[in-house]
Amino acid sequence: MAANSEAIEQVRSIGEQYKYGFVTDIDIEFAPKGLNEDIIRLISEKKEEPEWMLEWRLKAYAHWLTMEEPTWQKPQYPAIDYQDSYYYAAPKTSEKPKSLDEVDPKLLETYEKLGIPLREQEVLAGVEGAPAVAVDAVFDSVSVATTYKAKLEEQGIVFGSISEAIKTHPELVRKYLGSVVPHGDNFFAALNAAVFTDGSFVYIPKGVHCPMELSTYFRINAENTGQFERTLIVADEGSYVSYLEGCTAPQRDENQLHAAVVELVALDDAEIKYSTVQNWYPGDEDGKGGIYNFVTKRAACRGKNSKVSWTQVETGSAITWKYPSCILQGDNSVGEFYSVAITNNAQLADTGTKMIHIGKNTRSKIISKGISAGKADQTYRGLVRVQRGAKGARNYTQCDSLLIGDKCGAHTIPYIESQNPSAQVEHEATTSRIGEDQLFYCQQRGMEDEEAVALIVNGFCKEVLQTLPMEFAVEAQKLVGISLEGSVG
Amino acid sequence: MPLLEIRNLHANVDGKEILKGLDLSIDAGEVHAIMGPNGSGKSTLSYVLTGRDGYEVTEGEILFDGRDVVEMDPDERAREGVFLAFQYPVEIPGVTSMTFLRTAVNAVREHRGEPTFDPMDFVKYVRERATDLNISDEMLKRAVNVGFSGGEKKRMEMLQMAALEPRVAILDETDSGLDIDALKVVADGVNAMRDPARGMLLITHYQRLLDYIVPDHVHVLAQGRIVKSGDKSLALELEEKGYAEFLENAA
Repeated sequence: MAANSEAIEQVRSIGEQYKYGFVTDIDIEFAPKGLNEDIIRLISEKKEEPEWMLEWRLKAYAHWLTMEEPTWQKPQYPAIDYQDSYYYAAPKTSEKPKSLDEVDPKLLETYEKLGIPLREQEVLAGVEGAPAVAVDAVFDSVSVATTYKAKLEEQGIVFGSISEAIKTHPELVRKYLGSVVPHGDNFFAALNAAVFTDGSFVYIPKGVHCPMELSTYFRINAENTGQFERTLIVADEGSYVSYLEGCTAPQRDENQLHAAVVELVALDDAEIKYSTVQNWYPGDEDGKGGIYNFVTKRAACRGKNSKVSWTQVETGSAITWKYPSCILQGDNSVGEFYSVAITNNAQLADTGTKMIHIGKNTRSKIISKGISAGKADQTYRGLVRVQRGAKGARNYTQCDSLLIGDKCGAHTIPYIESQNPSAQVEHEATTSRIGEDQLFYCQQRGMEDEEAVALIVNGFCKEVLQTLPMEFAVEAQKLVGISLEGSVG
Repeated sequence: MPLLEIRNLHANVDGKEILKGLDLSIDAGEVHAIMGPNGSGKSTLSYVLTGRDGYEVTEGEILFDGRDVVEMDPDERAREGVFLAFQYPVEIPGVTSMTFLRTAVNAVREHRGEPTFDPMDFVKYVRERATDLNISDEMLKRAVNVGFSGGEKKRMEMLQMAALEPRVAILDETDSGLDIDALKVVADGVNAMRDPARGMLLITHYQRLLDYIVPDHVHVLAQGRIVKSGDKSLALELEEKGYAEFLENAA
């Protein structure tokens, strides 16, 4: 208890500083429910966007109207009424919990295990009247960010919200926005292009090695980006950046559908490392109230010798549906995809990657570790395509599935298309169960069920977890254990 | 009071009775050996004592320190100080032996109310014990039992025993698959763990192991019961005569 009251006190004092130091009152204005051209014009106007941005949004909207919601995925979900949602600054609904007492106690238990202070728990749980920003995380990061901001600016690095960047760096945004994921790419990407409210923008100039890990944590008001987040990262020639997205704490959100778009562009000799820890609220044990995370993430390795590495740890959401991909255009470019997806209880996931080999001697590597427990169901779906000109292309794919219990499922669907005879494509897949003998061995050494499962699963995922930046890796290991609680015994 | 007392123990595996009224009593400081032909229930006994799923006690008691442990989960028994050196140690890919050991030792220490080790201190703690068993740092960095030779696996079991400092150690066919040099290393490890406060139960098919670890008592297990007990000389007698006598008697 002492630690808790101390934490509250600390947060309170920070909150006060924060109030006077940084927060500006946000006018609560919102548009009515529904989606039409007027709403899009309103969003664009409120954000004081230039004309070209509005046109782009309207083009996307027009395209979206002609599209049909895809149904080829494995997880099925009830039909979404797109006219029954708010697309700009949704008003507070009465469904928000009034206090932590009304929040799913299991969620609170998890917060406690992760050591999250009370006030921040309120923010994460979406309690009414909670501060508009995650005080603790943001305060820490504000101090860190202000320290580093000068350093970043000195090197010409642009790191901020995409809304801001549209105004301050229109030439960059205009050049690259939609260049990897076009406005009509797919149903959800088109919707995102029409109505996205915010997201991150990063530009690393030529030859600059970004001196710190960039994290959404460091951006004020990051949590206001809403359900249609848009991120664009451009690494100019010879530059390097490592970007972290998400956090290990499970987050609640009143928006059930999340359809984000992330675009990465790596020019000659540039490298982007993009790490995600996704732990959106998965819903209760039957998946009720959980988030649908339908994201389009794609990278263009546009320049020669460029490299993009995706690492994702997916533990949250009721349904996860995403394929972070690499278009390997530049000769000798490299794409990597490291993934850990954990589904427990009623969670569903259909995830994987696409590696499109276009340039000569392009290489890709896919390491996917899927863990299913409870009555969860998981699909790895991946495409490796070697185009005609991709002489000497190489791919290595390894998909391992681990099952805990006998009511869950795992499926591996690899698509391989090669049009160049010099290409080498390797695929390995395994499916195994946590062995009773492994569990007993750990228990006989004094470990409880859950500790044993966490240890075994962390071993299974090691290859992926060790690609995460250090501070993330430690948290992710803890998260792996917590996500699987209650899966045995 | 004996450290471990087994009274009239009956146990089933897959509905078939394997142990049929076994009695055994081990005092602190003693080393007992159980010998018996294949299929006599030796391995079953080791799993019943450690509480493995699927090994069902239908009658009798297992008293550890005077307390019946039949209803206790395997991990609880382990934290209380019951250790089993496995005949076939299990592989855990991706988990280094060092991490595995630390997790186990910390679980047990926490239960005892002792301070847990941080990774740095633990390396020191393990090295002190690993050197005697001829276990290198490199081996500790490898995943638990993955790609280990038979001898390496058994030495790793001994290291776990040394690190966990159990009160009762059950060694299931620890000599199987070892050449003479490996056997000596393992036996030295076991002898080093002999302690007035600790009881040991060696389960073995051959008396060879007992040349290196000299037991205080030797028992013959046949058809699910202890049919004869004696001192070290019983083991030699068995080697000479084999188990035929006991099989006939029981049939």
